[in-house]
Amino acid sequence: MSITVSGINKNFGDFVALQDINLEIPSGQLTALLGPSGGGKSTLLRIIAGLENADSGSITISGQEATHLPAQKRNVGFVFQHYAAFKHMSVAKNIAFGLEIRKLPKARIKEKVDSLLELVHLTQFADRLPAQLSGGQRQRMALARALAIEPSVLLLDEPFGALDAKVRKELRDWLRRLHDEVHVTTLFVTHDQEEALEVSDNIVVINQGRVEQVGTPDELYDQPANDFVLGFLGPVTEFQGRLVRPHDLEVFRQEVPGAVAGRIARSTRVGFEVRLEVELNGSADAAPVNVVVTRGEARALGLTVGDTVFLGLQAVLV
Amino acid sequence: MKPETLTRPAAAGLGLALLWFSVLVLIPLAAIVLSSTAGGWQQFIGTITDPETFAALRLTVLQALGAALVNVVVGTTIAWVLVRDRFPGKAVLEVIIDIPFALPTIVAGLVLLSLYGPESPLGINVVNTQQGIFLALLFVTLPFVVRTVQPVLIELDQDVEEAAASLGAGRFTTFRRVLLPALIPAITAGASLAFARAISEFGALVLISGNTPFETEVASLKILKFIEGDNRAGAASVALVLLVVSLVVLVALDILQRKVARRG
Repeated sequence: MSITVSGINKNFGDFVALQDINLEIPSGQLTALLGPSGGGKSTLLRIIAGLENADSGSITISGQEATHLPAQKRNVGFVFQHYAAFKHMSVAKNIAFGLEIRKLPKARIKEKVDSLLELVHLTQFADRLPAQLSGGQRQRMALARALAIEPSVLLLDEPFGALDAKVRKELRDWLRRLHDEVHVTTLFVTHDQEEALEVSDNIVVINQGRVEQVGTPDELYDQPANDFVLGFLGPVTEFQGRLVRPHDLEVFRQEVPGAVAGRIARSTRVGFEVRLEVELNGSADAAPVNVVVTRGEARALGLTVGDTVFLGLQAVLV
Repeated sequence: MKPETLTRPAAAGLGLALLWFSVLVLIPLAAIVLSSTAGGWQQFIGTITDPETFAALRLTVLQALGAALVNVVVGTTIAWVLVRDRFPGKAVLEVIIDIPFALPTIVAGLVLLSLYGPESPLGINVVNTQQGIFLALLFVTLPFVVRTVQPVLIELDQDVEEAAASLGAGRFTTFRRVLLPALIPAITAGASLAFARAISEFGALVLISGNTPFETEVASLKILKFIEGDNRAGAASVALVLLVVSLVVLVALDILQRKVARRG
């Protein structure tokens, strides 16, 4: 195990940030800490990095007891949401910083910086100042800077949070490919469930200072431990007293055994999918059931607002 | 070259700025240069190489440099404490820092005289000594570095320091390589202001310096002496030297600042 977190507690005044956290982060994998803002995931990451102290509990990094080690001695690469670039240093100097601290020979530093620049596709920007780079480029520089020290673990705190949607998506794909190349144990914090599902090998869902569930993206999506995890990983709707995903409901035009009749109250088309709000017969006061079908299905069934339809759970789930 | 982009309001603004600047600064400066050489360059050289005048100039410049230097260290430290530390009485200290700005400098001289003069309750008498001059200069220049560094320090992201720490840098290395380069422009600006103020200080010194030739006579008081002796050209000559020294120091500090800030 690359990072072992045992019995970590942390309070800020009256606020309980983390409550008895126990985790094993496997080595060589990309693990996401996923949860809503203020849920404690960043605090946990900062405690692992030594930037924050836990009130109690212990941290082990690569088998080494690290609870009382200062951040300087943990050999942890940390990437911040807002880049934390050294503004007066060139890109190359930024990347070289940790190596210069470690007093590597000049030629060796240059060699390493050059290969890292190549890895993050910033070779032609080596002599620029961070202010002359775009947000995405700055974050790649920060990543190269963190990787330069050959960290035993790489920690990223909402690394794409400050970027716009398109760049965020690009960088996310790029991080995944980079990780497949470098294989450093990586732990990254995100509140974006899509990001976590897409990029990571494992996901730890954290909410209100507690671990809700740990598992692979598939496990979490298909077998959520509780309603919170189910709700956080994707859209949900209430159907016959249980929470289900809108796309797990099937729409029929004729009465089918087990299906419930209702009326389409609203229909919104978003790209390739059509979102329906269906008011079930005899439960007009309850919130409408949300159903998602593809545009093709909607067209084939000829669904329009006001139509009566029958809703049932897809066979595999019943 | 950029193309001409002066709109009508911008032109009016530029005109006003130049007029104002000329009336208040440029024309008086030119007048000083002119009157200092009214009796010819020979007389100018004669005035400033006069041992008594030269001693006053040297004392002033050295004292001002010393005061600026002390302010660089102490002022930066005070700014640091005010921004980064929390302690009771901080709000009061914030206000007190500006008192040397707010106080008429002659009052500052008076305060120093009663505290460190012949009737000092502390038993310390610095009147008529160079230490006394230095003390007065430190008092009136204290806020400059504090007030220029403070806002920059507030704006500095602390995650930059955390990044340096996670890369293995100790506190001192982080300060030297990450924080200091960011603060240097502000520190230099503050030091320049403190130096300029110190070199021209009059009010705070008139009571405490004693004004003994070769010992404690500073340039501003020397100028007064020249004027009282109806030697306008002499007064203007000393003023011109102060002007040139100020200019040289300001430019030198600016060059130094650029070099240090780039080095990292």
